[in-house]
Amino acid sequence: MQIEITLQDGVPIYRQIVNQVKYQIASGRLSTDEELPAIRALAQRLSITPNTVVKAYSTLENEGLVYKKQGAGTYVADTKSPLAKKEQRRLLTQRADALLTEASQFGFAFDEVVELLKKRQDAINKGTKKG
Amino acid sequence: MTDHVVEIRNLSRDFGKTKALESVSLDVKPGLVYGLVGANGQGKTTLMRHILGLLRAQVGTVRVFGMDPVRDAVQVLQRIGYLSEHREMPDWMRIDELMRYTAAFHPNWDNDYASELVRVFGLDGSKKVKDLSKGMRAQIGLIAAVSHKPDLLLLDEPSTGLDAVVRKDILNEIIRAVADDGRTAIFSSHLLDEVEQMSDYVFMIDGGKLVLHGTLEELQEQHAVLSIHFAEPCDDVLKIEGVLSAEQLGQTWTITCNGAKDAVQNWAAESGGEIVSSRSASLQEIFVGHVGRDRVLVEAGA
Repeated sequence: MQIEITLQDGVPIYRQIVNQVKYQIASGRLSTDEELPAIRALAQRLSITPNTVVKAYSTLENEGLVYKKQGAGTYVADTKSPLAKKEQRRLLTQRADALLTEASQFGFAFDEVVELLKKRQDAINKGTKKG
Repeated sequence: MTDHVVEIRNLSRDFGKTKALESVSLDVKPGLVYGLVGANGQGKTTLMRHILGLLRAQVGTVRVFGMDPVRDAVQVLQRIGYLSEHREMPDWMRIDELMRYTAAFHPNWDNDYASELVRVFGLDGSKKVKDLSKGMRAQIGLIAAVSHKPDLLLLDEPSTGLDAVVRKDILNEIIRAVADDGRTAIFSSHLLDEVEQMSDYVFMIDGGKLVLHGTLEELQEQHAVLSIHFAEPCDDVLKIEGVLSAEQLGQTWTITCNGAKDAVQNWAAESGGEIVSSRSASLQEIFVGHVGRDRVLVEAGA
């Protein structure tokens, strides 16, 4: 599992871990029942207090994205579960909002954005067929 | 009995005319990492020396594990591991001799743990202390500080003058103590990035006073950095209560504030400024905002 943290943008470190694990689950880079790094290992890797990792893992557990085994580690929950689907939808919504905000700042009409999306979809499809 | 590892009430200390500590009160709870920050000579080491029982409280009280660290020195020191920037060791001893010598003071000394660290750090037990580099001496000091598995790790500027590898060794042992056994650590450092990453709770000391304390999250929620762009030049933001610093670059102001975010936003709206960005402050920004306030005011007003 790859996690990178930064102190530049004021996002709490536990939140950065939560977001990156969520993203890796949603994108399939972490698969169902895969074990997350042990608390001490991740804390040492990132040079952070272990309580931050505890908090990140608990947050993920409360949101149903990971589960704990008694006396063992933390594992990725079923990624096809409604909760994982919900998370994927939330990530896509964020992207959509960002796209719409930027489009409006650049002075693009909504229809133009939809048109652009269709064109890109075609281009990607062609690329896949070729590849 | 109290469940606080350290409990300090109204501690004051004078050295001649210098007020080294002034009415400091603080609690340290088990299982957390505490970062102690402050510029040099502001009272960090004096505070640590009181916890170690090396200084007797002139005014106020110090309790460590519910005991008086001066009166109950032996019981308290058994449960503390101490590492400081100044590591005094007998130069003529070999590393393995020094380890046996140190172990003799501690009934709880874990020989396997100590040997493991000697091996991981790549130290040669037959070498004499006087032939060691600064980094190796720090590693030896670290082994001596952690191998009796102390309930409280006290590290006074442990990173000073050390390379990244040895600094990492020190952080790894703090993490291990806290993660594996729920032990407690207090460490001071001038490397604020390190403190921001490693601390659950921060104490900020300036001029012998505890000027700010809280969990990192609380501190970051209280403090914001706003970037505001003005069409017209503007310079009265510092009059707002809670603004710690304001820096101007071209027509854009970067403002660090403590709990005054709404006031700054209102001021920006009234003065025709546009808020370009708003985020939580880093510990570095919080520190400079509080400790360097006068200096920043002068620069901004100049």
